[in-house]
Amino acid sequence: MPSSVVNLTVNGREQEFLARPAESLLTSLRDRLGLMAAKRGCAQGSCGTCTVLVDDKPVMSCLVAVETIEAAEVRTLEGVADGERLDEVQQAFLDGFATQCGFCTAGMIMTAEALLAENPDPTHDEVVEAISGNVCRCTGYRAIVAAILDAAGRRK
Amino acid sequence: MTGYKVIGSAVQRSDALGHVTGRTEFFEDLNPPGLLHLKMARSERHHARLAGIDTSEAEKTKGVVRILTADDIPNNLFTPLKLIGVEPDDEPILAEGTVRYRGEPICAVIAETEAAAYEGAAKVVVDYEDLPAVFDVEEALREGAPIVNEHQRTNFFTYEGHHCRRIRFGDVEQAFAQADHVFEWRYQSAPIEHAPTETTGCIVVPQADGRLRIHSDTQACFFTLDNTALILGTPFNKLRIVGGTVGGGFGGKVDVVVEPVSCVAAMLTGRPVKFVYNRREEMQVSSPRAAERIIIKDAVMSGGRITGRQVTLYVDSGAYARHSPYGTTKAAAHLPGPYAIPNVWADCHCVFTNRTPSSAMRGFGVTIADFALESQMDRIARALDMDPLQLRLINAYRDGDLTAHRKPAEGTALIEVIQKAAEMVGHDLPAEFQEMSSWQS
Repeated sequence: MPSSVVNLTVNGREQEFLARPAESLLTSLRDRLGLMAAKRGCAQGSCGTCTVLVDDKPVMSCLVAVETIEAAEVRTLEGVADGERLDEVQQAFLDGFATQCGFCTAGMIMTAEALLAENPDPTHDEVVEAISGNVCRCTGYRAIVAAILDAAGRRK
Repeated sequence: MTGYKVIGSAVQRSDALGHVTGRTEFFEDLNPPGLLHLKMARSERHHARLAGIDTSEAEKTKGVVRILTADDIPNNLFTPLKLIGVEPDDEPILAEGTVRYRGEPICAVIAETEAAAYEGAAKVVVDYEDLPAVFDVEEALREGAPIVNEHQRTNFFTYEGHHCRRIRFGDVEQAFAQADHVFEWRYQSAPIEHAPTETTGCIVVPQADGRLRIHSDTQACFFTLDNTALILGTPFNKLRIVGGTVGGGFGGKVDVVVEPVSCVAAMLTGRPVKFVYNRREEMQVSSPRAAERIIIKDAVMSGGRITGRQVTLYVDSGAYARHSPYGTTKAAAHLPGPYAIPNVWADCHCVFTNRTPSSAMRGFGVTIADFALESQMDRIARALDMDPLQLRLINAYRDGDLTAHRKPAEGTALIEVIQKAAEMVGHDLPAEFQEMSSWQS
């Protein structure tokens, strides 16, 4: 089967590239567009390290065939800061020591961005529920949950 | 707090800004032009002679560039702690004549794409002649058990001529004879996988000056550099490791497993090569914490004083030594726990079986021993109808006590820690226990 042309808006920039049949959005982001923040932890939709936003919804990009989201808006961690200025979630993760090895961080922050966009004032349990698909093997969940709640406070 | 510049203030982690902006570079965030992918054809048997390896169909797979076997590795046999004097070399980079555990690498398939490398690996046909396998540490030590690893000659690691790490302190038999109670219980743990979110892997990039640049998520850059150079038969300065950024390690990325074969692949093809485990490989073949079996027999007086402790400990090293001989030594060094026991006897066996090689993980050798020792303490307390904290306080070592390793204990604090913990959880201790101290008068 031949490759197909895919058009996406990624972090506000229009991108056009060729994708192999059934190529995952994660592969396109990393191998075609050089956006390396989203990680390949399991490649089977169970760890959440590849989470990005597609039309504002958090998805595991390893499970999305890129040809099925033609013309979508995609947002990755690279598109969150405004130049060198961090957004509230990033700043809260930084200040709250919510990173350890850093491998889950991109997925955690993108999941948090989606949550706060939809629910600006989440409860502790709602945060826990939102990140339930993102594995932090360093088990730094308390700091992560606290950082997301802190970010919600900073946005008020 | 005064006079301190760091203590008492929040200091940002040096890597955190990279993490929250996605700019931290993990090894796989490199995508050099011309990158080749390496995947393994692995053993489907626990123990077998390799009667034949047929790579002809694999070689015909579209995108497959080259297939490596043991013959392609300059010095195929190694052991990771060789440079600190551990012997013998007992593990091949690629299987040579025999496979000793399920999942052992046999052929490395190098291809233009990951998919082609997987397809090629699946088409390698291996003719196995099954050999008897052994999966239990005590069965492995019985006479007549199949020998797992001929390089080791026996199913146990030999420590300076001895079949195990031993402690002989006082006379436990006399302690058992004079004890009010003798308690003997058995403890067993399963292998535990570290399960890092970033799987084990590396990218090797040949440089114009003939050196190889190795981008790796190893926790042990220098073990990797030294061992890889020995395996390749090159001077150490022909290799450069770029590492230190590890997406979760927990001890699981201390072995030298992906870099040597990737270096050979990069040398033979003259192109960058990536070898990264998928999740299944991380779970199946990356070395776990060893399974351990621990039998503890204690001589105990009716007041709770432990007068003798005999420990027989087995570490399941799997098919190869890796770091398990060291872990077993750590277990022996940790016995009999933080207690002043006048008679101690221990045999700590590092045993080879046809299971996945085990290796380092957070406090290996000590963690499972502590599980057994402290479970034993709780069970003794229950059997004597005693407060488990009081039992520990009666037996806790104090500064100046001679340990079973014939060293005076110093800097001890078990008593104070227990007293503080008891206070914090509202566990009342009688006055005599509250007045105890680690500093003997």
